[in-house]
Amino acid sequence: MEFWRVPLDADTIQVSRGIVHILEDRCKGCGYCIEYCPKQALEFSANFNQKGYHPPVVIKPEECVNCHYCEIICPEFAIFSVESLQTTEVEQART
Amino acid sequence: MQEIPVTSKKQPRHPLDDLIRTDRIPHIWCPGCGIGTVFSACLAALKGSGINLQKTVMVSGIGCSGRAAGYVKLDSFHTTHGRAIPFATGLKLANPELNVVVFSGDGDLFAIGGNHFIHAARRNMDMTVICVNNLNYGMTGGQVAATTPYLAKSTTTPAGNPETPFNLPLMAYACGATYVARWTMLHTRDLTDSITEALCKKGFSFIEVLSPCPVNYGRRNKQKPLDMLKLYQEKTIIKNHADPSKLDIDFEKGIILGKFIDLDRPTFIEHYDKIYRPSRLQENVSGLNS
Amino acid sequence: MMKPAVLTGEYFMTGDVACAEGAMAAGCRFFGGYPITPATEIAERMAIRLPQVEGCFIQMEDEIGAMAAVLGSSWAGIKSMTATSGPGFSLMMENIGLGVCTETPCVVVNVQRGGPSTGLPTQGAQGDMMQARWGSHGHYEIIAVAPSSPQEIFYLTITAFNLSEKYRLPVLVMTDEIIGHMSEKVIIPEAKLIKTVSRPKPKGRKDRFKPFAPGPNGVAPMPAAGEGYNLHITGLTHDEKGYPVMTVEAQTEMMARITEKIQKNLDDIIRTDSYLLDDAEIVIVSYGVSARTSMAAVAEARKLGIKAGLLRLVTIWPFPEDQIRELADRVKGFVTVEINLGQIHREVERCAGGKVPIFLVGHPGGTIIHPDRVVTMLKEAF
Repeated sequence: MEFWRVPLDADTIQVSRGIVHILEDRCKGCGYCIEYCPKQALEFSANFNQKGYHPPVVIKPEECVNCHYCEIICPEFAIFSVESLQTTEVEQART
Repeated sequence: MQEIPVTSKKQPRHPLDDLIRTDRIPHIWCPGCGIGTVFSACLAALKGSGINLQKTVMVSGIGCSGRAAGYVKLDSFHTTHGRAIPFATGLKLANPELNVVVFSGDGDLFAIGGNHFIHAARRNMDMTVICVNNLNYGMTGGQVAATTPYLAKSTTTPAGNPETPFNLPLMAYACGATYVARWTMLHTRDLTDSITEALCKKGFSFIEVLSPCPVNYGRRNKQKPLDMLKLYQEKTIIKNHADPSKLDIDFEKGIILGKFIDLDRPTFIEHYDKIYRPSRLQENVSGLNS
Repeated sequence: MMKPAVLTGEYFMTGDVACAEGAMAAGCRFFGGYPITPATEIAERMAIRLPQVEGCFIQMEDEIGAMAAVLGSSWAGIKSMTATSGPGFSLMMENIGLGVCTETPCVVVNVQRGGPSTGLPTQGAQGDMMQARWGSHGHYEIIAVAPSSPQEIFYLTITAFNLSEKYRLPVLVMTDEIIGHMSEKVIIPEAKLIKTVSRPKPKGRKDRFKPFAPGPNGVAPMPAAGEGYNLHITGLTHDEKGYPVMTVEAQTEMMARITEKIQKNLDDIIRTDSYLLDDAEIVIVSYGVSARTSMAAVAEARKLGIKAGLLRLVTIWPFPEDQIRELADRVKGFVTVEINLGQIHREVERCAGGKVPIFLVGHPGGTIIHPDRVVTMLKEAF
C-alpha cells in the first residue's frame, strides 16, 4: 500500500491473515477466484483434478488477508478461507 | 508413461456444506456460470439472516437456475416451468410459518411465469423471489428470452434479437413488490446483504441478479465470462432508490444496481385474516391444521 | 364467525354446493380456484365456508396457478382442492401430471360442459372422460369418480379425498353441469359418521427418510414441508430419495411406483353400482347423470319384457375391466350410454373382447340423454 504520508499509528494497524482451503475436485477452472483475489495470491495450478480442470493453488499464502472474496465468488463451493493464527501471534507479540 | 499429478484425497469442509446436498456436488452448472455464485450468496444469506431454516423452503421452476432447489439441503420443490410462484403461494397460505424463497431464472419467472409474478406481487404474497438473469434461456441451449438485449444473438434470433427486453425492477415495482433490488453476481456481498434483508422482510421481495452464461449467451455474443465480470465491475453504478423507470439494462451507458424499493404494505395473509379470519389475528399464526 | 365443517342436516342443495360441503366434511382446508361456468359455485361456496373453519381460499390468476397452489398447499400438509370445467381442466393438465409424478394428494373436480373448446358453457356433457385418463403427457395411472346426484357428490368428494390421501395422487371428480346445477335433497350426516383418511405419516429418523420409498401398500409416507425432513420434490424422474436421476433404470422404477400402487389395489379403489343386473341379458354401462337416465330406461325396458340391467360405474378410472369381462361371458350384449360420441364405450368394447355386440347411445353434448332413446336402442338392437 502506498501512503502519501505514513499515518502516525501505522504500527498499530492489524492486518488479518487467512489460510485458503481448496476443494480441488469441485473446481471447474473458471478462474474467478484467481482474477479477483485482491492480493493476487492464487493462480492456476499445473495439476488436473478428476474432471480435468486446473484448480487454483495459493502462490502467496502470506499475502492472504482473509477477505473471503474467493469463497463468495466461487460458483462451485470449491474454495474458502479461514482466519489464520498468525494474526493472534502478532497480537500476542505486541502485548 | 508420465504420471499425471492428481488432487489430494482429503477434502476440507466448506462453510456452507451444511446447507448443500454434498452428495450431488459438483453441480451441473457450467464452468464460469454465475448461478453457483448467486446460489452461494443465497445460502450465506439464509445462514446469516437468523431465520428458522427448518421452516424455510426453496421453490424453483425449470431452467438452469431452477436446478438450485436440487442442491439446497432444505425442503425444496422443483416444480413445472413458470409455476414456482403459485406453488410457493400454496405452500405459504397453507402454512404461514414457512419462509418461502423462490429461486429461478429470468425465462421461467417472466416469460411463461409472468402472469404469476404479476399477481403474487400485486397480492404482496410474503415470499422472496431471486431471479438469476442470464439474458437467455440457458438450459435449452441459448434461446431468446424476455430479457435478451436488443440485437443480441441467440439460437432463435440468429441474426439478432428484434425485440427489446423487460426492465425487471420497474415491472416488479409496478406490480406492487415491496422490496426491489438489482445486483450482479460480482457484487456478492451486496447481494448477500440484500437477500438477507429480503428474507427478514415481510411481503413480496424481488431481487434481480445479473449473471454470465458463458456457454450459451456469452459464446454467441462474443462475451467471455471474465469479460462479463469486468463489465459488471466497470459498467455498473450503484444508485440506491433510483427511479425504476430509468433502470433499463444498457451495456454501453451503464447498468444501475442497488436497492430501489423498500416499502411496507400489508401482505395477502394479513388482509385475508383481517377480513375473513379475525380470530387468527390474535393468535400466533400457524398452519391451517390448528 | 366459526362454523362447523360438517353441516349436519337435511338440505335442498345443488350439486356444486354439495360438492363443496363434501370437501369441507372430508377435511379440505385449502381451495385454490378460478371461476368457470359451471363450477364457479363450488369456489363461491368454499370462499364462504373455508374461513369459517380457519381454512384458506384464494382465487388465483388462472387455472394453472390454481392447480400449482393446490399442490403447494398439499405439500405443506393440508388437504387441498380445486374445481373447474373443460377449458380449465385442459390448462391444469401439466400440473396434474406434476401431482401424479410427485405423488401429491389433492382433488380436482371437473364439472363437465359441452366441448371442445369454449363449447356450451352452461350445458352439461360427459366429454372429458378420456382426457381424465390421459390428459397429462406421459404414461400414468389416475383415479376418477363420477357421481350421479347431489347426494352422491357429497359422499364421493369425501371418497375422492380419502383415496387421494391413501394413494397419494390427484383424484378427479368427474361430474357435469346437470348434476352441478340441479337441486336435490342432500342429507349431511353427523361428523362422527363420516370416515376420513389422511396421508400416512413417516416414522423413524428424519435424516434417513426417503420420500418415495413405498410402504407396504405401495405408497410412501408423506411428511410436510417445514417438519425437518429436508425433502427434495421434483417433477424430473427421481429415485426413492427424490433426487433426479436421468437413467432408464430410474424411470422404470419410478413408473412402477406410480402405477403399481393403483394397479395392485383395484379391489379397494374400484366401485360400481348396479340395478337389476343379476338376471340381465343386456347390460347398460353408464355413469354420472346418464346412469339416472339409464335406470329409467331399464325400468321401462323390463316392462316391455326386455331383460335389461344397469352397471353404473362409480369409479371410471381405473376402469372396472374384470367386471365387464365377466359380464361379457354371460350376457347378450352391452349398451353404453354417455353424453359424448363414444369414450367409455371404447373401454367397454375393449374389455368385452368381441364376444358380444356393444352399442352406443351417445350425444354430442348439451343435454341429458332421454330414456326413450335408450329404450329404442334396446328394442332395435336386440
